[in-house]
Amino acid sequence: MLDKTKIIEPVIALQNVSKHYRNHHAVDSLNLSVNKGESLALIGHNGAGKTTLLKLILGLTRPDAGSVKVNGQIPSQTSDRRTIAFLPEIVSFPASITGKELINFYARLKGQHVSEGDKLLELVGLTEASSKKVGTYSKGMRQRLGLAQALLGEPELILLDEPTSGLDPSLRRQFYTIIEDCKSTGTTILISSHALSEIETKTDRIAILKHGRLVIHGTLDELRATANLPIKIRVSTLAGQTSIISDALKADTTYRMINDHTIEYDCHQDEKLSVLKRLSQIPSGVIDIEILPTSLDDLYIHFAGEENES
Amino acid sequence: MKPVLIMALAEIQEGIRNRWIIASILLLSVLAISLTLLGSTPVGIIKASELSVTMVSLTSLSIYLIPLIALMLSFDSIVGESERGTLLLLLTYPIRRWQIIVGKFLGHLSILTIAILIGYGIVALYYLIDDVGNGQEWLSYVLMMASSLLLGAVFIALGYLISVIVQQRATATGISLILWLFIVVFYDLILLGVLLADKTHVIQSKLLAILILFNPADVYRLFNLTGSDIVTLVSGMSGFTQADLLAPFALIITLILWSLIPLMLSIYIFNKREV
Repeated sequence: MLDKTKIIEPVIALQNVSKHYRNHHAVDSLNLSVNKGESLALIGHNGAGKTTLLKLILGLTRPDAGSVKVNGQIPSQTSDRRTIAFLPEIVSFPASITGKELINFYARLKGQHVSEGDKLLELVGLTEASSKKVGTYSKGMRQRLGLAQALLGEPELILLDEPTSGLDPSLRRQFYTIIEDCKSTGTTILISSHALSEIETKTDRIAILKHGRLVIHGTLDELRATANLPIKIRVSTLAGQTSIISDALKADTTYRMINDHTIEYDCHQDEKLSVLKRLSQIPSGVIDIEILPTSLDDLYIHFAGEENES
Repeated sequence: MKPVLIMALAEIQEGIRNRWIIASILLLSVLAISLTLLGSTPVGIIKASELSVTMVSLTSLSIYLIPLIALMLSFDSIVGESERGTLLLLLTYPIRRWQIIVGKFLGHLSILTIAILIGYGIVALYYLIDDVGNGQEWLSYVLMMASSLLLGAVFIALGYLISVIVQQRATATGISLILWLFIVVFYDLILLGVLLADKTHVIQSKLLAILILFNPADVYRLFNLTGSDIVTLVSGMSGFTQADLLAPFALIITLILWSLIPLMLSIYIFNKREV
Protein backbone atom coordinates (compact mmCIF):
# COMPACT_ATOMS: atom_id res chain seq x y z
CA MET A 1 0.00 0.00 0.00
CA LEU A 2 1.41 3.31 -1.00
CA ASP A 3 0.73 6.44 0.93
CA LYS A 4 1.80 9.22 -1.37
CA THR A 5 -0.64 11.80 -0.11
CA LYS A 6 -0.07 11.88 3.58
CA ILE A 7 -0.63 15.59 3.88
CA ILE A 8 -4.10 15.45 2.39
CA GLU A 9 -6.88 14.63 4.82
CA PRO A 10 -8.64 11.56 3.42
CA VAL A 11 -12.35 11.85 2.63
CA ILE A 12 -12.92 8.38 4.04
CA ALA A 13 -10.73 7.09 6.84
CA LEU A 14 -11.40 3.69 8.38
CA GLN A 15 -9.20 2.52 11.22
CA ASN A 16 -9.43 -0.98 12.62
CA VAL A 17 -13.14 -1.04 11.93
CA SER A 18 -15.10 -4.09 13.03
CA LYS A 19 -18.79 -4.80 12.84
CA HIS A 20 -20.52 -7.98 13.97
CA TYR A 21 -24.01 -9.21 13.30
CA ARG A 22 -24.83 -11.97 15.77
CA ASN A 23 -22.09 -14.55 15.17
CA HIS A 24 -21.03 -13.15 11.88
CA HIS A 25 -18.10 -10.78 11.31
CA ALA A 26 -19.43 -8.48 8.62
CA VAL A 27 -16.36 -6.24 8.78
CA ASP A 28 -13.24 -7.29 10.61
CA SER A 29 -10.36 -4.98 11.66
CA LEU A 30 -10.47 -3.08 8.44
CA ASN A 31 -8.17 -0.18 7.54
CA LEU A 32 -8.83 1.85 4.46
CA SER A 33 -8.61 5.44 3.34
CA VAL A 34 -9.84 7.18 0.25
CA ASN A 35 -8.58 10.61 -0.74
CA LYS A 36 -10.47 13.45 -2.28
CA GLY A 37 -11.14 13.01 -5.97
CA GLU A 38 -10.08 9.39 -5.90
CA SER A 39 -12.18 6.46 -7.07
CA LEU A 40 -12.08 3.10 -5.40
CA ALA A 41 -13.64 -0.20 -6.40
CA LEU A 42 -14.73 -2.40 -3.57
CA ILE A 43 -14.92 -5.99 -4.69
CA GLY A 44 -15.70 -9.22 -2.91
CA HIS A 45 -18.10 -12.15 -2.72
CA ASN A 46 -21.67 -11.76 -1.58
CA GLY A 47 -21.44 -11.32 2.15
CA ALA A 48 -17.82 -10.15 2.05
CA GLY A 49 -18.87 -7.01 3.90
CA LYS A 50 -19.13 -4.50 1.05
CA THR A 51 -22.62 -3.28 1.87
CA THR A 52 -21.89 -3.15 5.60
CA LEU A 53 -18.82 -1.08 4.81
CA LEU A 54 -20.93 1.35 2.79
CA LYS A 55 -23.46 1.55 5.62
CA LEU A 56 -20.68 2.31 8.08
CA ILE A 57 -19.39 5.11 5.86
CA LEU A 58 -22.92 6.47 5.50
CA GLY A 59 -23.41 6.41 9.26
CA LEU A 60 -26.39 4.08 8.96
CA THR A 61 -24.76 1.68 11.32
CA ARG A 62 -22.06 2.11 13.93
CA PRO A 63 -18.87 0.11 14.19
CA ASP A 64 -18.41 -2.23 17.17
CA ALA A 65 -14.75 -1.26 17.23
CA GLY A 66 -12.45 1.14 15.45
CA SER A 67 -13.21 4.50 13.93
CA VAL A 68 -15.00 5.58 10.80
CA LYS A 69 -14.47 9.15 9.66
CA VAL A 70 -15.85 10.94 6.67
CA ASN A 71 -14.35 14.36 6.03
CA GLY A 72 -12.75 14.06 9.44
CA GLN A 73 -16.05 13.54 11.23
CA ILE A 74 -17.95 10.57 12.54
CA PRO A 75 -20.83 10.03 10.11
CA SER A 76 -24.19 10.03 11.86
CA GLN A 77 -27.81 10.92 11.56
CA THR A 78 -26.95 14.48 12.44
CA SER A 79 -24.02 15.03 10.09
CA ASP A 80 -24.55 17.02 6.96
CA ARG A 81 -25.78 14.60 4.38
CA ARG A 82 -26.09 17.07 1.58
CA THR A 83 -22.58 16.31 0.36
CA ILE A 84 -22.83 12.51 0.42
CA ALA A 85 -24.82 10.49 -2.09
CA PHE A 86 -25.71 6.84 -2.23
CA LEU A 87 -27.16 4.38 -4.70
CA PRO A 88 -28.30 1.19 -2.96
CA GLU A 89 -27.90 -2.18 -4.64
CA ILE A 90 -31.59 -3.00 -4.49
CA VAL A 91 -34.06 -0.17 -4.51
CA SER A 92 -37.57 -0.33 -5.87
CA PHE A 93 -39.05 3.11 -5.94
CA PRO A 94 -42.80 3.53 -5.40
CA ALA A 95 -44.45 2.28 -8.58
CA SER A 96 -47.38 4.66 -8.66
CA ILE A 97 -45.55 7.98 -8.85
CA THR A 98 -43.73 9.38 -11.86
CA GLY A 99 -39.98 9.64 -12.35
CA LYS A 100 -40.21 13.41 -12.19
CA GLU A 101 -42.20 13.38 -8.95
CA LEU A 102 -39.68 11.01 -7.43
CA ILE A 103 -36.61 13.04 -8.37
CA ASN A 104 -38.37 16.19 -7.20
CA PHE A 105 -38.99 14.59 -3.82
CA TYR A 106 -35.31 13.75 -3.43
CA ALA A 107 -34.25 17.15 -4.75
CA ARG A 108 -36.41 18.92 -2.16
CA LEU A 109 -34.99 16.76 0.62
CA LYS A 110 -31.49 17.74 -0.48
CA GLY A 111 -32.53 21.37 -0.46
CA GLN A 112 -32.20 21.60 -4.24
CA HIS A 113 -34.48 23.33 -6.66
CA VAL A 114 -36.70 20.96 -8.64
CA SER A 115 -35.08 22.16 -11.88
CA GLU A 116 -31.93 20.41 -10.66
CA GLY A 117 -33.88 17.14 -10.82
CA ASP A 118 -34.98 17.85 -14.39
CA LYS A 119 -31.38 18.44 -15.44
CA LEU A 120 -30.29 15.13 -13.99
CA LEU A 121 -33.17 13.26 -15.61
CA GLU A 122 -31.92 14.67 -18.88
CA LEU A 123 -28.35 13.63 -18.09
CA VAL A 124 -29.40 10.02 -17.53
CA GLY A 125 -31.70 10.09 -20.55
CA LEU A 126 -35.03 9.89 -18.75
CA THR A 127 -36.57 13.20 -19.81
CA GLU A 128 -39.06 11.54 -22.11
CA ALA A 129 -40.10 8.97 -19.54
CA SER A 130 -40.19 11.48 -16.69
CA SER A 131 -43.96 11.79 -16.70
CA LYS A 132 -44.48 8.03 -16.75
CA LYS A 133 -45.02 6.03 -13.59
CA VAL A 134 -41.90 4.41 -12.17
CA GLY A 135 -43.77 1.09 -12.19
CA THR A 136 -43.63 1.08 -15.98
CA TYR A 137 -39.83 1.58 -16.07
CA SER A 138 -37.44 -1.15 -17.15
CA LYS A 139 -34.71 -2.24 -14.78
CA GLY A 140 -32.18 -0.12 -16.61
CA MET A 141 -34.42 2.95 -16.39
CA ARG A 142 -34.93 2.47 -12.68
CA GLN A 143 -31.19 2.14 -12.23
CA ARG A 144 -30.68 5.39 -14.14
CA LEU A 145 -33.30 7.06 -11.97
CA GLY A 146 -31.33 5.82 -8.97
CA LEU A 147 -28.16 7.31 -10.44
CA ALA A 148 -29.93 10.62 -11.08
CA GLN A 149 -30.91 10.90 -7.42
CA ALA A 150 -27.34 10.09 -6.40
CA LEU A 151 -26.04 13.02 -8.44
CA LEU A 152 -28.38 15.56 -6.85
CA GLY A 153 -26.65 18.56 -5.33
CA GLU A 154 -23.20 17.80 -6.78
CA PRO A 155 -22.12 15.55 -3.94
CA GLU A 156 -18.51 15.44 -2.77
CA LEU A 157 -18.69 11.73 -2.12
CA ILE A 158 -20.74 9.16 -4.03
CA LEU A 159 -21.17 5.59 -2.85
CA LEU A 160 -22.52 3.17 -5.43
CA ASP A 161 -23.55 -0.35 -4.50
CA GLU A 162 -23.52 -2.65 -7.56
CA PRO A 163 -24.52 0.25 -9.79
CA THR A 164 -24.42 -1.39 -13.20
CA SER A 165 -26.28 -4.61 -12.54
CA GLY A 166 -29.17 -4.75 -14.97
CA LEU A 167 -27.67 -2.27 -17.40
CA ASP A 168 -26.90 -3.23 -20.96
CA PRO A 169 -23.38 -2.54 -22.30
CA SER A 170 -24.17 0.81 -23.89
CA LEU A 171 -25.91 2.05 -20.75
CA ARG A 172 -22.96 0.84 -18.73
CA ARG A 173 -20.62 2.88 -20.84
CA GLN A 174 -22.92 5.88 -20.45
CA PHE A 175 -22.98 5.25 -16.71
CA TYR A 176 -19.20 5.26 -16.43
CA THR A 177 -18.96 8.37 -18.59
CA ILE A 178 -21.20 10.18 -16.10
CA ILE A 179 -19.13 8.88 -13.20
CA GLU A 180 -15.96 9.94 -14.98
CA ASP A 181 -17.37 13.46 -15.37
CA CYS A 182 -18.14 13.61 -11.66
CA LYS A 183 -14.66 12.47 -10.87
CA SER A 184 -13.13 15.15 -13.05
CA THR A 185 -14.81 17.76 -10.88
CA GLY A 186 -13.16 16.34 -7.78
CA THR A 187 -15.89 14.00 -6.54
CA THR A 188 -14.71 11.04 -4.53
CA ILE A 189 -16.26 7.80 -5.72
CA LEU A 190 -16.60 4.40 -4.14
CA ILE A 191 -18.11 1.61 -6.21
CA SER A 192 -18.90 -1.82 -4.89
CA SER A 193 -19.12 -4.31 -7.70
CA HIS A 194 -19.21 -7.87 -8.88
CA ALA A 195 -18.61 -6.91 -12.47
CA LEU A 196 -14.85 -7.22 -12.31
CA SER A 197 -14.03 -7.00 -15.99
CA GLU A 198 -15.85 -3.71 -16.37
CA ILE A 199 -14.61 -2.13 -13.17
CA GLU A 200 -10.89 -2.85 -13.61
CA THR A 201 -10.15 0.15 -15.76
CA LYS A 202 -12.73 2.43 -14.25
CA THR A 203 -11.29 3.25 -10.86
CA ASP A 204 -7.95 4.48 -9.54
CA ARG A 205 -7.67 1.81 -6.90
CA ILE A 206 -9.17 -1.55 -6.10
CA ALA A 207 -9.85 -3.03 -2.67
CA ILE A 208 -10.61 -6.74 -2.37
CA LEU A 209 -12.67 -7.82 0.62
CA LYS A 210 -13.04 -11.31 1.93
CA HIS A 211 -14.99 -12.34 5.02
CA GLY A 212 -15.04 -8.73 6.16
CA ARG A 213 -11.30 -8.32 5.87
CA LEU A 214 -9.36 -6.23 3.43
CA VAL A 215 -7.25 -8.77 1.53
CA ILE A 216 -5.38 -6.24 -0.54
CA HIS A 217 -5.79 -2.81 -2.00
CA GLY A 218 -3.92 -0.72 -4.51
CA THR A 219 -3.86 0.19 -8.15
CA LEU A 220 -4.42 -2.53 -10.71
CA ASP A 221 -0.68 -2.52 -11.50
CA GLU A 222 0.21 -2.81 -7.83
CA LEU A 223 -2.19 -5.73 -7.48
CA ARG A 224 -0.65 -7.38 -10.55
CA ALA A 225 2.84 -6.88 -9.20
CA THR A 226 1.93 -8.31 -5.81
CA ALA A 227 0.15 -11.30 -7.28
CA ASN A 228 2.88 -11.92 -9.85
CA LEU A 229 0.53 -14.16 -11.80
CA PRO A 230 1.55 -15.48 -15.20
CA ILE A 231 0.51 -13.35 -18.12
CA LYS A 232 -1.28 -14.96 -21.02
CA ILE A 233 0.03 -15.00 -24.57
CA ARG A 234 -2.58 -15.97 -27.08
CA VAL A 235 -1.35 -17.10 -30.49
CA SER A 236 -3.55 -17.53 -33.54
CA THR A 237 -2.39 -19.82 -36.33
CA LEU A 238 -3.76 -21.13 -39.56
CA ALA A 239 -6.44 -23.72 -38.94
CA GLY A 240 -5.02 -26.98 -37.59
CA GLN A 241 -1.46 -25.69 -37.28
CA THR A 242 -1.30 -25.04 -33.55
CA SER A 243 1.08 -27.96 -33.14
CA ILE A 244 3.95 -26.01 -34.68
CA ILE A 245 3.61 -23.52 -31.86
CA SER A 246 3.31 -26.05 -29.10
CA ASP A 247 6.27 -27.93 -30.48
CA ALA A 248 8.34 -24.76 -30.45
CA LEU A 249 7.41 -23.71 -26.90
CA LYS A 250 6.14 -26.55 -24.81
CA ALA A 251 9.40 -27.22 -23.07
CA ASP A 252 9.08 -24.33 -20.61
CA THR A 253 5.52 -23.05 -20.49
CA THR A 254 2.03 -24.35 -19.85
CA TYR A 255 -0.47 -23.94 -22.58
CA ARG A 256 -4.14 -24.45 -23.37
CA MET A 257 -5.78 -25.14 -26.69
CA ILE A 258 -8.63 -22.68 -27.13
CA ASN A 259 -9.69 -24.13 -30.50
CA ASP A 260 -7.97 -25.60 -33.55
CA HIS A 261 -6.33 -22.31 -34.47
CA THR A 262 -5.81 -20.60 -31.11
CA ILE A 263 -3.46 -21.53 -28.34
CA GLU A 264 -2.88 -19.74 -25.05
CA TYR A 265 0.33 -19.73 -23.01
CA ASP A 266 0.90 -18.83 -19.41
CA CYS A 267 4.26 -17.28 -18.79
CA HIS A 268 5.83 -15.15 -16.13
CA GLN A 269 6.63 -11.54 -16.76
CA ASP A 270 10.38 -12.20 -16.91
CA GLU A 271 9.96 -14.94 -19.53
CA LYS A 272 7.73 -12.86 -21.73
CA LEU A 273 10.42 -11.50 -24.03
CA SER A 274 12.13 -14.82 -24.63
CA VAL A 275 8.79 -16.48 -25.43
CA LEU A 276 7.91 -13.72 -27.86
CA LYS A 277 11.34 -14.01 -29.46
CA ARG A 278 10.90 -17.71 -30.06
CA LEU A 279 7.40 -17.19 -31.44
CA SER A 280 8.70 -14.64 -33.90
CA GLN A 281 11.26 -17.10 -35.13
CA ILE A 282 8.63 -19.62 -36.25
CA PRO A 283 8.84 -19.40 -40.04
CA SER A 284 5.16 -19.65 -41.00
CA GLY A 285 1.69 -20.35 -39.72
CA VAL A 286 1.47 -17.65 -37.02
CA ILE A 287 -1.26 -15.10 -37.78
CA ASP A 288 -1.45 -13.05 -34.59
CA ILE A 289 0.06 -12.78 -31.15
CA GLU A 290 -1.88 -11.17 -28.31
CA ILE A 291 -0.57 -10.44 -24.84
CA LEU A 292 -3.29 -10.53 -22.23
CA PRO A 293 -2.32 -8.87 -18.95
CA THR A 294 -3.57 -10.42 -15.76
CA SER A 295 -7.22 -9.52 -15.50
CA LEU A 296 -8.99 -8.40 -12.35
CA ASP A 297 -10.90 -11.66 -12.55
CA ASP A 298 -7.64 -13.58 -12.20
CA LEU A 299 -6.40 -11.26 -9.47
CA TYR A 300 -9.67 -11.58 -7.63
CA ILE A 301 -9.57 -15.35 -7.74
CA HIS A 302 -5.94 -15.21 -6.67
CA PHE A 303 -6.59 -12.94 -3.68
CA ALA A 304 -10.10 -13.84 -2.65
CA GLY A 305 -10.64 -17.29 -4.15
CA GLU A 306 -11.68 -20.08 -1.82
CA GLU A 307 -8.49 -22.05 -2.47
CA ASN A 308 -6.66 -19.28 -0.65
CA GLU A 309 -8.62 -20.02 2.51
CA SER A 310 -6.36 -20.11 5.50
CA MET B 1 -39.46 21.26 9.95
CA LYS B 2 -39.11 21.37 6.18
CA PRO B 3 -38.20 17.67 5.72
CA VAL B 4 -41.38 16.78 7.66
CA LEU B 5 -43.52 18.71 5.19
CA ILE B 6 -41.69 17.26 2.19
CA MET B 7 -42.29 13.79 3.58
CA ALA B 8 -45.96 14.52 4.30
CA LEU B 9 -46.55 15.90 0.81
CA ALA B 10 -44.87 12.87 -0.74
CA GLU B 11 -47.24 10.59 1.19
CA ILE B 12 -50.27 12.57 0.06
CA GLN B 13 -49.02 12.53 -3.52
CA GLU B 14 -48.55 8.78 -3.34
CA GLY B 15 -51.97 8.44 -1.72
CA ILE B 16 -53.50 10.23 -4.68
CA ARG B 17 -51.46 8.27 -7.22
CA ASN B 18 -52.04 4.81 -5.85
CA ARG B 19 -55.72 5.65 -5.44
CA TRP B 20 -55.73 5.20 -1.70
CA ILE B 21 -57.52 8.48 -1.19
CA ILE B 22 -60.19 7.76 -3.75
CA ALA B 23 -60.74 4.24 -2.41
CA SER B 24 -61.15 5.52 1.16
CA ILE B 25 -63.49 8.29 0.05
CA LEU B 26 -65.61 5.85 -1.93
CA LEU B 27 -65.74 3.34 0.88
CA LEU B 28 -66.77 5.87 3.50
CA SER B 29 -69.21 7.81 1.34
CA VAL B 30 -70.97 4.78 -0.17
CA LEU B 31 -71.54 3.31 3.27
CA ALA B 32 -72.54 6.64 4.79
CA ILE B 33 -75.01 7.29 1.99
CA SER B 34 -76.49 3.80 2.24
CA LEU B 35 -76.93 4.22 5.98
CA THR B 36 -78.60 7.55 5.42
CA LEU B 37 -80.99 6.32 2.78
CA LEU B 38 -81.80 2.98 4.32
CA GLY B 39 -81.42 3.36 8.02
CA SER B 40 -82.71 6.76 9.05
CA THR B 41 -86.46 6.15 8.82
CA PRO B 42 -87.26 4.43 12.16
CA VAL B 43 -87.16 7.61 14.22
CA GLY B 44 -90.54 6.89 15.84
CA ILE B 45 -91.84 9.10 18.63
CA ILE B 46 -88.52 10.01 20.29
CA LYS B 47 -87.45 13.55 19.71
CA ALA B 48 -84.43 12.75 17.64
CA SER B 49 -84.03 13.72 14.04
CA GLU B 50 -82.74 11.50 11.27
CA LEU B 51 -79.36 13.19 11.70
CA SER B 52 -78.85 11.70 15.16
CA VAL B 53 -79.95 8.27 14.01
CA THR B 54 -77.59 8.38 11.07
CA MET B 55 -74.79 9.59 13.34
CA VAL B 56 -75.24 6.65 15.68
CA SER B 57 -75.18 4.25 12.73
CA LEU B 58 -72.15 5.98 11.27
CA THR B 59 -70.33 5.73 14.59
CA SER B 60 -70.87 1.98 14.69
CA LEU B 61 -69.64 1.76 11.13
CA SER B 62 -66.60 3.97 11.72
CA ILE B 63 -65.44 1.79 14.60
CA TYR B 64 -64.70 -0.96 12.07
CA LEU B 65 -63.79 1.03 9.00
CA ILE B 66 -61.62 3.88 10.24
CA PRO B 67 -59.14 1.63 12.12
CA LEU B 68 -58.97 -0.64 9.09
CA ILE B 69 -58.27 2.17 6.65
CA ALA B 70 -55.77 3.75 9.05
CA LEU B 71 -53.87 0.49 9.58
CA MET B 72 -53.80 -0.22 5.86
CA LEU B 73 -52.31 3.21 5.24
CA SER B 74 -49.62 2.86 7.86
CA PHE B 75 -48.66 -0.75 8.56
CA ASP B 76 -45.95 -1.02 5.90
CA SER B 77 -44.66 2.55 6.15
CA ILE B 78 -41.31 1.58 7.57
CA VAL B 79 -41.05 -2.17 7.03
CA GLY B 80 -42.30 -1.82 3.45
CA GLU B 81 -39.77 0.88 2.64
CA SER B 82 -37.13 -1.21 4.34
CA GLU B 83 -37.97 -4.19 2.12
CA ARG B 84 -37.99 -2.10 -1.01
CA GLY B 85 -34.64 -0.52 -0.19
CA THR B 86 -35.98 3.02 -0.26
CA LEU B 87 -35.60 3.37 3.51
CA LEU B 88 -31.86 2.81 3.29
CA LEU B 89 -31.69 5.49 0.63
CA LEU B 90 -33.97 7.90 2.49
CA LEU B 91 -31.81 7.63 5.60
CA THR B 92 -28.79 8.85 3.63
CA TYR B 93 -30.65 12.08 2.91
CA PRO B 94 -30.66 15.08 5.24
CA ILE B 95 -33.74 13.93 7.16
CA ARG B 96 -33.90 12.65 10.72
CA ARG B 97 -35.73 9.49 11.61
CA TRP B 98 -38.33 11.28 13.73
CA GLN B 99 -38.99 13.56 10.78
CA ILE B 100 -39.72 10.56 8.59
CA ILE B 101 -42.30 9.22 11.04
CA VAL B 102 -43.89 12.57 11.81
CA GLY B 103 -43.97 13.45 8.10
CA LYS B 104 -45.62 10.17 7.20
CA PHE B 105 -48.06 10.64 10.08
CA LEU B 106 -49.10 14.07 8.85
CA GLY B 107 -49.41 12.76 5.30
CA HIS B 108 -51.52 9.76 6.27
CA LEU B 109 -53.63 11.88 8.59
CA SER B 110 -54.29 14.28 5.72
CA ILE B 111 -55.39 11.42 3.49
CA LEU B 112 -57.78 10.27 6.18
CA THR B 113 -59.01 13.82 6.76
CA ILE B 114 -59.87 14.18 3.09
CA ALA B 115 -61.66 10.81 3.11
CA ILE B 116 -63.68 11.62 6.24
CA LEU B 117 -64.50 15.17 5.17
CA ILE B 118 -65.82 14.04 1.82
CA GLY B 119 -67.25 10.67 2.86
CA TYR B 120 -69.18 11.90 5.87
CA GLY B 121 -69.49 15.41 4.52
CA ILE B 122 -71.73 14.23 1.70
CA VAL B 123 -74.27 13.01 4.24
CA ALA B 124 -74.00 16.23 6.21
CA LEU B 125 -74.66 18.17 3.03
CA TYR B 126 -77.72 16.04 2.34
CA TYR B 127 -79.21 16.86 5.75
CA LEU B 128 -78.15 20.48 5.51
CA ILE B 129 -80.09 20.89 2.29
CA ASP B 130 -83.04 19.08 3.88
CA ASP B 131 -82.73 21.35 6.93
CA VAL B 132 -82.74 18.41 9.33
CA GLY B 133 -81.40 18.52 12.88
CA ASN B 134 -80.85 21.17 15.56
CA GLY B 135 -77.66 22.87 16.70
CA GLN B 136 -76.79 20.25 19.27
CA GLU B 137 -77.21 17.44 16.80
CA TRP B 138 -75.04 19.22 14.32
CA LEU B 139 -72.36 19.73 16.96
CA SER B 140 -72.49 16.00 17.69
CA TYR B 141 -72.11 15.24 14.01
CA VAL B 142 -69.08 17.51 13.63
CA LEU B 143 -67.56 16.04 16.79
CA MET B 144 -68.19 12.58 15.35
CA MET B 145 -66.19 13.51 12.26
CA ALA B 146 -63.40 15.00 14.35
CA SER B 147 -63.24 12.04 16.70
CA SER B 148 -63.24 9.67 13.70
CA LEU B 149 -60.08 11.42 12.58
CA LEU B 150 -58.65 11.03 16.06
CA LEU B 151 -59.53 7.33 16.00
CA GLY B 152 -57.74 7.15 12.66
CA ALA B 153 -54.70 8.88 14.16
CA VAL B 154 -54.59 6.23 16.89
CA PHE B 155 -54.49 3.40 14.38
CA ILE B 156 -52.06 5.14 12.03
CA ALA B 157 -49.70 5.45 15.00
CA LEU B 158 -50.30 1.83 16.01
CA GLY B 159 -49.55 0.86 12.39
CA TYR B 160 -46.16 2.61 12.61
CA LEU B 161 -45.42 0.87 15.86
CA ILE B 162 -45.98 -2.48 14.16
CA SER B 163 -44.00 -1.30 11.16
CA VAL B 164 -40.89 -0.34 13.14
CA ILE B 165 -40.88 -3.52 15.23
CA VAL B 166 -41.22 -6.26 12.60
CA GLN B 167 -38.67 -7.18 9.97
CA GLN B 168 -41.02 -8.36 7.25
CA ARG B 169 -43.99 -6.80 5.57
CA ALA B 170 -46.00 -10.02 5.76
CA THR B 171 -45.59 -10.11 9.53
CA ALA B 172 -46.81 -6.53 9.74
CA THR B 173 -49.91 -7.44 7.72
CA GLY B 174 -50.72 -10.32 10.06
CA ILE B 175 -50.17 -8.36 13.24
CA SER B 176 -52.24 -5.45 11.93
CA LEU B 177 -55.17 -7.71 11.17
CA ILE B 178 -54.95 -9.40 14.56
CA LEU B 179 -54.73 -6.03 16.29
CA TRP B 180 -57.74 -4.77 14.38
CA LEU B 181 -59.81 -7.86 15.17
CA PHE B 182 -58.79 -7.76 18.80
CA ILE B 183 -59.55 -4.10 19.37
CA VAL B 184 -62.77 -3.75 17.41
CA VAL B 185 -64.28 -7.22 17.93
CA PHE B 186 -62.78 -9.45 20.58
CA TYR B 187 -62.01 -6.91 23.29
CA ASP B 188 -65.66 -6.10 23.84
CA LEU B 189 -66.69 -9.74 23.61
CA ILE B 190 -64.12 -10.71 26.23
CA LEU B 191 -65.13 -7.79 28.42
CA LEU B 192 -68.76 -8.74 28.14
CA GLY B 193 -67.98 -12.37 28.93
CA VAL B 194 -66.00 -11.37 32.01
CA LEU B 195 -68.77 -9.08 33.19
CA LEU B 196 -71.35 -11.82 32.79
CA ALA B 197 -69.18 -14.33 34.63
CA ASP B 198 -68.43 -11.83 37.38
CA LYS B 199 -71.38 -12.74 39.63
CA THR B 200 -69.79 -11.31 42.78
CA HIS B 201 -69.21 -7.92 41.14
CA VAL B 202 -65.45 -7.78 41.53
CA ILE B 203 -65.37 -5.40 38.58
CA GLN B 204 -66.72 -2.12 39.88
CA SER B 205 -67.84 0.63 37.57
CA LYS B 206 -64.49 2.44 37.98
CA LEU B 207 -62.54 -0.60 36.88
CA LEU B 208 -64.93 -1.07 33.99
CA ALA B 209 -64.37 2.56 33.00
CA ILE B 210 -60.61 1.99 33.03
CA LEU B 211 -60.99 -1.17 30.97
CA ILE B 212 -62.96 0.80 28.43
CA LEU B 213 -60.28 3.49 28.29
CA PHE B 214 -57.79 0.76 27.42
CA ASN B 215 -59.56 0.25 24.12
CA PRO B 216 -59.44 3.25 21.76
CA ALA B 217 -62.39 1.95 19.74
CA ASP B 218 -64.53 1.82 22.89
CA VAL B 219 -63.38 5.30 23.84
CA TYR B 220 -64.49 6.53 20.46
CA ARG B 221 -67.80 4.75 20.68
CA LEU B 222 -68.52 6.11 24.10
CA PHE B 223 -67.55 9.63 23.14
CA ASN B 224 -69.96 9.67 20.21
CA LEU B 225 -72.82 7.74 21.74
CA THR B 226 -72.92 9.66 25.00
CA GLY B 227 -72.01 13.08 23.64
CA SER B 228 -75.44 14.59 23.77
CA ASP B 229 -78.70 13.71 25.49
CA ILE B 230 -80.50 13.02 22.24
CA VAL B 231 -77.79 10.73 20.95
CA THR B 232 -77.54 8.97 24.31
CA LEU B 233 -81.24 8.31 24.09
CA VAL B 234 -81.02 6.94 20.54
CA SER B 235 -77.98 4.83 21.27
CA GLY B 236 -79.29 3.48 24.58
CA MET B 237 -76.07 4.35 26.37
CA SER B 238 -77.49 6.45 29.20
CA GLY B 239 -76.11 4.19 31.92
CA PHE B 240 -72.52 5.12 31.13
CA THR B 241 -72.62 8.83 31.45
CA GLN B 242 -72.21 9.09 35.22
CA ALA B 243 -68.57 8.03 35.52
CA ASP B 244 -66.16 11.01 35.55
CA LEU B 245 -63.49 8.97 33.89
CA LEU B 246 -65.73 8.67 30.88
CA ALA B 247 -66.65 12.33 30.55
CA PRO B 248 -66.32 13.56 26.93
CA PHE B 249 -63.25 15.65 27.75
CA ALA B 250 -61.51 12.69 29.40
CA LEU B 251 -62.38 10.50 26.41
CA ILE B 252 -60.85 12.94 23.95
CA ILE B 253 -57.69 13.25 26.05
CA THR B 254 -57.52 9.46 26.12
CA LEU B 255 -57.76 9.25 22.34
CA ILE B 256 -55.03 11.87 21.95
CA LEU B 257 -52.80 9.89 24.33
CA TRP B 258 -53.64 6.74 22.40
CA SER B 259 -52.22 8.32 19.27
CA LEU B 260 -49.27 10.17 20.79
CA ILE B 261 -47.85 7.32 22.86
CA PRO B 262 -47.58 4.78 20.01
CA LEU B 263 -46.25 7.54 17.76
CA MET B 264 -43.49 8.46 20.19
CA LEU B 265 -42.76 4.81 20.87
CA SER B 266 -42.44 4.23 17.11
CA ILE B 267 -39.91 7.06 16.84
CA TYR B 268 -37.96 5.68 19.79
CA ILE B 269 -37.82 2.16 18.33
CA PHE B 270 -37.10 3.42 14.82
CA ASN B 271 -34.13 5.38 16.16
CA LYS B 272 -32.69 2.17 17.59
CA ARG B 273 -33.45 0.05 14.55
CA GLU B 274 -30.58 -1.24 12.40
CA VAL B 275 -31.23 -0.80 8.73
